[in-house]
Amino acid sequence: MNPQNPVRAYWRANLRLIRTLLLVWALVSYGLGILLAEPLSQFRIGTLPLGFWIAQQGSIYVFVLLIWLYAWRMDRLDREYDVHE
Amino acid sequence: MSTELWTYLLVGLSFALYLYIGYASRVRDTKGFYVAGRGVPPVANGAATAADWMSAASFISMAGLISAMGYDGAIYLMGWTGGYVLLALLLAPYLRKYRRFTVPDFIGDRYASNTARALAALATLFISLVYVAGQMRGVGIVFSRFLQVDIALGVLVGVLVVAFFAVLGGMKGVTWTQAVQYALLIIAYLIPAFAIAFMLTGVPIPQLALVASDLPERLNQIQTQLGFAEYTQPFQNKPMLDVLAITAALMVGTAGLPHVIIRFYTTPDVRSARYSAFWALLFIALLYTTAPAVAMFARYNLINTLHGKPLDEVRQIEWVAKWEKTRLLAFVDKNGDGRLTVAKGNAFTMEGGKPNFDKPDMSNPNEVFVDNDIIVLSTPEVARLAGFVIALVAVGGLAAALSTASGLLIAMASAVAHDLYYRIWNPRAPERLRLLVGRLAMLPALGVAAYLGINPPGFVAQVVAFAFGLAAAGLFPSILLGIFDRRMNQQGAVAGMVVGLTFTACMIALMRSPQLFGTPQPLLKDFFGISAEGIGVVGMVLNMATALIVSRLTPPPPENIQQLVDEIRIPRGAGEALDE
Repeated sequence: MNPQNPVRAYWRANLRLIRTLLLVWALVSYGLGILLAEPLSQFRIGTLPLGFWIAQQGSIYVFVLLIWLYAWRMDRLDREYDVHE
Repeated sequence: MSTELWTYLLVGLSFALYLYIGYASRVRDTKGFYVAGRGVPPVANGAATAADWMSAASFISMAGLISAMGYDGAIYLMGWTGGYVLLALLLAPYLRKYRRFTVPDFIGDRYASNTARALAALATLFISLVYVAGQMRGVGIVFSRFLQVDIALGVLVGVLVVAFFAVLGGMKGVTWTQAVQYALLIIAYLIPAFAIAFMLTGVPIPQLALVASDLPERLNQIQTQLGFAEYTQPFQNKPMLDVLAITAALMVGTAGLPHVIIRFYTTPDVRSARYSAFWALLFIALLYTTAPAVAMFARYNLINTLHGKPLDEVRQIEWVAKWEKTRLLAFVDKNGDGRLTVAKGNAFTMEGGKPNFDKPDMSNPNEVFVDNDIIVLSTPEVARLAGFVIALVAVGGLAAALSTASGLLIAMASAVAHDLYYRIWNPRAPERLRLLVGRLAMLPALGVAAYLGINPPGFVAQVVAFAFGLAAAGLFPSILLGIFDRRMNQQGAVAGMVVGLTFTACMIALMRSPQLFGTPQPLLKDFFGISAEGIGVVGMVLNMATALIVSRLTPPPPENIQQLVDEIRIPRGAGEALDE
């Protein structure tokens, strides 16, 4: 098992990153977009109720950003642990 | 030049282009045929994935569906985009590193089980068949709406075009036509959307017009006056729990759809697989953030144009007259006052999901029937755009349908020729024979797609819930656990798949029994408040729970399988060839 240690550390770092990003993913879509959609309707973004905007617009922008963040962070992680192509 | 002439010209040109690309990228080996030689750059793969994913339904029907559902349309918007986060973080990089051709390849090898392989291959076939029927129908509809061509002839032309570039070019031909098809479909979607946003709000960018104008407020007011709930009010069509379940099921299902997953096998390395997921969702988001704006603008415009107006006057409007002829728009003067009333309820009695235009539904005052498809199809005419833009929308609709159909065709051919024939039945088949079988496997798939397109069974829309349900409950958990749980073994995975698939299939069959078996009432209304569309997420949880428990009660997987898991977790080595 020992020679695998750096690889194990790489995997743990990867899992940490995935966990954080999926937490944001769930909070934005299920949390703000659905569970809190009604209370959030009293706030507005421009002329649109906030809950509605998150559910039909904002969440999608966040998804795109999350995937980019993951690819970008993993690039650095791959090199840091010397497992890149 | 007339609109019809423009349509023939542009559709003809686009088809010629697809045929040329197919011919130029014809392939000679299975690596080219199944994974485009693994040479597709991330941006191109992103565009191809976006076209692969966005179907005739996304292009033609989604905005209309949202327009009818208001806030609750978010289940489709979030459900069909949020799945890409799961795909990009949890599946795509590792499946790409595994360096094989198909989803059943991974499931069968990881669990050293041909039962699991065959289950995955059959699930792939079933899911893709359900999907492809809708695409071919979409091709026929576009032909008949824009060119008054018979639906059957339209379907046949579509099948022939797809057959040519998919059989000749395999995944390579499909990839490059999809990339071009994305460009066409997004241009065709955005031009009318920009025009109608500008016409109604003075702001040309739909996403900005949505938050910068007072149109949402006005629409909410009109809706309330007419007895509807406010457009932006959540949970008017479905309760919150069901909205949660459906969104989750669509997300997980999206991530588990084989024709989407295999697109990530075509990139040169793991890094490109991650970035192509980003490009894919960015390209998809362009359409998916525009659609809700179009939905809201078109609804406002439709009510404003029709409600309270004299019937004779309304019929003078050119686009109203045109679409009334196609029955996408229909009127009935229930109270005989010569004016139209828009209200809650159906204008005509619904029979088997379709309105019977001879029988007005007298239980409510609504006098206007609007087919969802009209929202996108009529936008260019409402915004008074030139004939060639209308022709462009036809090209875009066809591109959306053909690109998805061709991706599905590759998925089906690979399940039959690679997984069932080569990996299970005849592992000694030489390369040339495998390529030939792959090409031949497309022909029956095309035949079935054409048949279902021309004679759509009434339950197609109903079985789409099956496709997502099976992907969510069967494929997604098995792949996920195969990557993230080293201890997961054959017994656990097979038990999980059987439990997840059986539960989901039975639940959907019970809840959709009127459409499937003709019972007068559904045998089961819902599962603790979760409908057929959302049940896949429960199946997924059951699959995972079963798999985890059974795997812990049985011996761990052999050493070589655990090494395989360690292997795919590391990006290095993805570019090296496998000796097959």
